[in-house]
Amino acid sequence: MKRVLSISIGRRAAVAVFVSGLAFLLPAVHDEARAADPIKIGQVAALSGPSAQSGEAITRGLQVAIDEINAKGGLLGGRKIELVQRDDESNPPRGLTAARELIFKEKVAALFGGLDSPVSLAIVPLVNKEKVPFIGVWAAATPITRNGTNPNFVFRVSAVDEYVDMRLLKHASEKLGAKKAGLILINNPWGESNEKGLKAADENNPNIEIVGIEKFENNDVDLVPQLTRLKQAGADVLILVGNAAPGAQVMKSRERMGWNVPVVSHWGISGGRFPELAGPTAGDAHFVQTYSFFGELNPVGQRLLAALMKKYPEIKGPEDIFSPVGTANAYDAMHLLAKAIEKAGSTDGDAIRQALENLGTHEGLIKTYNNPFSKDEHDALGPDDYVMVRYEGERIVPVK
Amino acid sequence: MLLISALITGLGLGSMYGLLALGFYVTYAVSNTVNFAQGSTMMLGAVLAFTFGVTLGWPMWIAVALAIILCAVWGVIVERVAVNPFVVRGSNSWLMATVALGIILENVVLFTFGKDPRGMPPSVLTTEAFYVADIKIQPLQIVIPVTGLAIAVCMQYLSTRTKYGKALLAVVQNADAARLMGINVTVAILAAFALSGLFAGIAGVLIAPLFTISASMGTLFGIKAFAVAILGGITNPWGVVVAGLIYGLAEASITALLGSTYTQIVTFSLVILALALRPHGLFGQAAVKKV
Repeated sequence: MKRVLSISIGRRAAVAVFVSGLAFLLPAVHDEARAADPIKIGQVAALSGPSAQSGEAITRGLQVAIDEINAKGGLLGGRKIELVQRDDESNPPRGLTAARELIFKEKVAALFGGLDSPVSLAIVPLVNKEKVPFIGVWAAATPITRNGTNPNFVFRVSAVDEYVDMRLLKHASEKLGAKKAGLILINNPWGESNEKGLKAADENNPNIEIVGIEKFENNDVDLVPQLTRLKQAGADVLILVGNAAPGAQVMKSRERMGWNVPVVSHWGISGGRFPELAGPTAGDAHFVQTYSFFGELNPVGQRLLAALMKKYPEIKGPEDIFSPVGTANAYDAMHLLAKAIEKAGSTDGDAIRQALENLGTHEGLIKTYNNPFSKDEHDALGPDDYVMVRYEGERIVPVK
Repeated sequence: MLLISALITGLGLGSMYGLLALGFYVTYAVSNTVNFAQGSTMMLGAVLAFTFGVTLGWPMWIAVALAIILCAVWGVIVERVAVNPFVVRGSNSWLMATVALGIILENVVLFTFGKDPRGMPPSVLTTEAFYVADIKIQPLQIVIPVTGLAIAVCMQYLSTRTKYGKALLAVVQNADAARLMGINVTVAILAAFALSGLFAGIAGVLIAPLFTISASMGTLFGIKAFAVAILGGITNPWGVVVAGLIYGLAEASITALLGSTYTQIVTFSLVILALALRPHGLFGQAAVKKV
């Protein structure tokens, strides 16, 4: 027993000597390689779980943009961009662990977020402390960017709950002629953020009033009791906030009740197999998007569509792009970040943040950005940049 | 009037809880043990039915039948792997072992079926509907409670009127005496676990069209079903089914009357209150333990 122990200690010591020897060699090797070192960019998103499609959609947008940038010779004098992905499984603690790993182990220059607002909200304090730019490309909770920290390292190229909520009520009253809104919201921080936003939007919109607010859980099977309360309160439109699977349970319960009330939804339902999960009434829900690949596309849109079809052979046309907002937002966000890194002249977090806040003009997919961010506005998109759409079969088409 | 559609919901969910709780009852009655992971067996039923019927495209009735049978087989596996090895040594570790096996099953499903929730294609059970005084009712909403009650009736008949049922119940009273009377105790216990799996499988295929199918779909159901089994007095098949219906109705009417914020708080408080007043469950009797 004793002998075995001494051997193992001996071995460990030998390894230690070897490793420390290597460490001496390391700086020299490192310096030579620096010019060609890739710039690592992190991505924390749901790559598995109920919202896995959203993560894949973001990946596609980022990857096509990165391919374009690398094809033009990369950034900062020839350094290629490398995407390092981590799965948050839609779980805030996992997302936080993943972000830590990307920042401390992978030393990423910046990182992108995913669909789930609770995950992004968990990451915000970390990136502000470590001074690493964090760009949201989907999660819409208002406090993600408006987090009260100065300087603020959190940016977003996506919808913002506050603005979306205004748009949802406007669509309900102007397009659908509704006067009494029943809110059916997921019971988590994202639902809460929208409850506040919808109440504020309601105060500024004299044409519609909120008559009831109900919550539901991710694992609720049957929401007939909640919907019954809203029906009893006289709701003539449902405002839905939730992801694809629980959102589908709302639609199925509504169908089961035989209640033909129109549904206006935040975009969470577009992050999974909503048409399959919700069944025949999936198309009844109108929801918000930042971009639609249908209709006439601007030159950037045509270029991106062609690139996506080339890189992902299963994409034959706009109808095959699932979760299009993830791809569209991520594509624009990656190009904006690249521009900022080039402008900053380094991968230093604070330099990139300042560059993002003074970016100038960029001809993007969703729009032509003109100083998209400033010291006080870290959201690149506003209510006028949104479009309302619905499912037609598996396709997402604009609401006429 | 509007409360009625909420009550139909409660009846449907309640029969599911009851059906799963019957699975707790049947093994407890025979061997004083249960598969704590009944919820994951239910999930297995739904996942298998989806895989056979949709992914592989087999006729739905074959898919459903096969899924239910395989759940019964899974029940037997649970007994052999996670219950029997501990019981023969007089240990209570089967409690933890069944939970562990359930978690393993969930993770195997995550790995093979995928993490993306799936939806059963629409069938006549949900697309057709009839109206009773303006209340819309889908056939599935009738099928679910009827199946639950029919199984409770069968169990009652089986356990009190047939020699197989009496043999099963004799096992728990005195396994050695039962053995001397020519009852194969091992087979009796395996049969009970197979039935338990069968019930969970039936619950799984019934809930599949209502719910999204994923590895985690059974967890909360399993917990609620266990609460129902205890509430009903785990020794009485009628008791657990009726307790399931009461639980489902209470849950739905609390949501409809007070709002969803209060559902879990009030229902689980009621469970505690009911057990404080009737420690052996609403319909149970205190067991006499001879020492």
